[in-house]
Amino acid sequence: MADPILEVISLTKCFGAIAASDGLTFSVKRGTIHGLIGPNGAGKSTAIAQLSGELQSDTGRVRFDGQDVTRWAVDKRARSGLQRSYQITSLLPEFTAEDNVAMAIQSQQGHSFRFWENARKDNSLRTPSRKILERVGLSDFADNPAMDLAHGQQRQLELAMVLATAPSMLLLDEPMAGMGQSESLRMMELLRPLKGDVTMLLVEHDMDVVFALADMITVLVKGQVLLTGTPDEIKNHPEVRRAYLGDY
Amino acid sequence: MFLSKIIGSDASFRTKIVTLLGLLILFAVPLLANLFNEPFLVDIASRILIYALVAVSLDLILGYGGMVSFGHGAFLGLGAYVVGILTHHSYEGTAVAFLPGDWQGTTQAFVQWPLAMILSGLLALIIGALSLRTSGVYFIMITLAFAQMLYFFMISIPTYGGEDGLNIWERSEIPLLDLYDAKSFYFICLVLLLLCLWCCSRIVKSRFGMVLRGCRQNEVRMKALGYPVYRYKLMAFVLSGMIAGLAGALLANHTEFVGPGLMHWTRSGEIMIMVILGGMGSLIGPVLGSATLLMMEEVLAGLTEHWMIFLGPMLVLIVLFARKGLYGLLIGKGTDNG
Repeated sequence: MADPILEVISLTKCFGAIAASDGLTFSVKRGTIHGLIGPNGAGKSTAIAQLSGELQSDTGRVRFDGQDVTRWAVDKRARSGLQRSYQITSLLPEFTAEDNVAMAIQSQQGHSFRFWENARKDNSLRTPSRKILERVGLSDFADNPAMDLAHGQQRQLELAMVLATAPSMLLLDEPMAGMGQSESLRMMELLRPLKGDVTMLLVEHDMDVVFALADMITVLVKGQVLLTGTPDEIKNHPEVRRAYLGDY
Repeated sequence: MFLSKIIGSDASFRTKIVTLLGLLILFAVPLLANLFNEPFLVDIASRILIYALVAVSLDLILGYGGMVSFGHGAFLGLGAYVVGILTHHSYEGTAVAFLPGDWQGTTQAFVQWPLAMILSGLLALIIGALSLRTSGVYFIMITLAFAQMLYFFMISIPTYGGEDGLNIWERSEIPLLDLYDAKSFYFICLVLLLLCLWCCSRIVKSRFGMVLRGCRQNEVRMKALGYPVYRYKLMAFVLSGMIAGLAGALLANHTEFVGPGLMHWTRSGEIMIMVILGGMGSLIGPVLGSATLLMMEEVLAGLTEHWMIFLGPMLVLIVLFARKGLYGLLIGKGTDNG
């Protein structure tokens, strides 16, 4: 299980004269949680968007699960098992929580050019949806429109949707953003048991979370990889400390 | 709303009441016309049904799919022209232009109407394939531009009347039925509309419909889930175009005339007003919208030729205070997930 599931090779993205990603190179081992940290503006979200396919890269390559996915569109990457969550909650707001999860499951069951049977009465969608809602602790809110949920619940719902697609790799863009302490803990408890089955690239501001969960950590500064190492190596590295304290 | 106080607060119950009432009225129209000795009423009602059909087709992509197509007149017009052109050649005994061979058209509805649907669907496939690559304002403008192109194209073909349009000397023929009989024609329109509503109500609840509605709410998320949204939207666009084409075929029979005016952008605008007035994202809404707009036109146009002066403020009020249109006023909350 030591082969890399994701290989990023000198990935670059420029917005005008600013290189948001500047020759990123790192790889993520299968089944691990890989942290991606860096100060504000380091290019973490840009990197995630490039990996998910939402941003086209200027140069460089992305290999996922043995295939070159550099030119693949978002939906094709998603179907191959590379899923992402968003820093700012992104749901189907008018649908109920259960609908949201059901849509994620439906996306895995082949094409949706099925025009006649009522999707809301389809047990192959609804039964697993309810199971997953139960797993993330949202059973009581299954019939509430997603937009009526509290912020923390919306974050949990988003995770539920991503899990429902049974991904082989998750790109998690600040999954704990805006959460209270207890909600953060709950999210950690949800993520931890996935380790081994699902590879995760975790972008997170809360260093405690990253150090607690991650096997390896890559530090980004100004669009470049400063270094990649184990949490202990990162914690004690003088350059990382400098980058975070900002005394350049 | 005081109406909602009378019939209770349960949205699904009220939906049923409104639907039943609507059906009752629709089936009673010919009787009422007899009763008041106003045969003209059936004529207006047929027109309402036909426009309801186009409005429903637009709502399928606008209200459920979030695609603001400003060129729906193109599909309506093409459907009408198919009937007009085939009848024209059948009547004159000449060959259909631009086609190899010497097919002299037909007046059989079973050939004309499906052909109108297929050709409008093909047109929708072409227009949709190109315009769905854009979104937002660009999408509106491109669909508008395509419809205007078609409008000027029809104007420039003298064979089919050019600017003056084509008179239709014979209505379509259906065995055992007489389309010249106002009531028969009315019931054909009614059956087709109800059939369309039934199919659409299945479609919007199906897997396909859920994907379509998901795209309206958050297209980025749908892509991230792995849906190739372009294909689904294009499919919906084609379906919508086909229904509009059928409505066009009916309209040609109704007015016994077809002209490029059907494709003009003001016509597309009227169809959109019907959808917004009646309520986007519901299937009964567009029917209400069509009925309201055409009846207003009928009544107010008798008073003043500037009847749109009344329409404007009403539309503003609806948009400001009743985002779900007239249907939303009747049903209240909870209309989204029907």
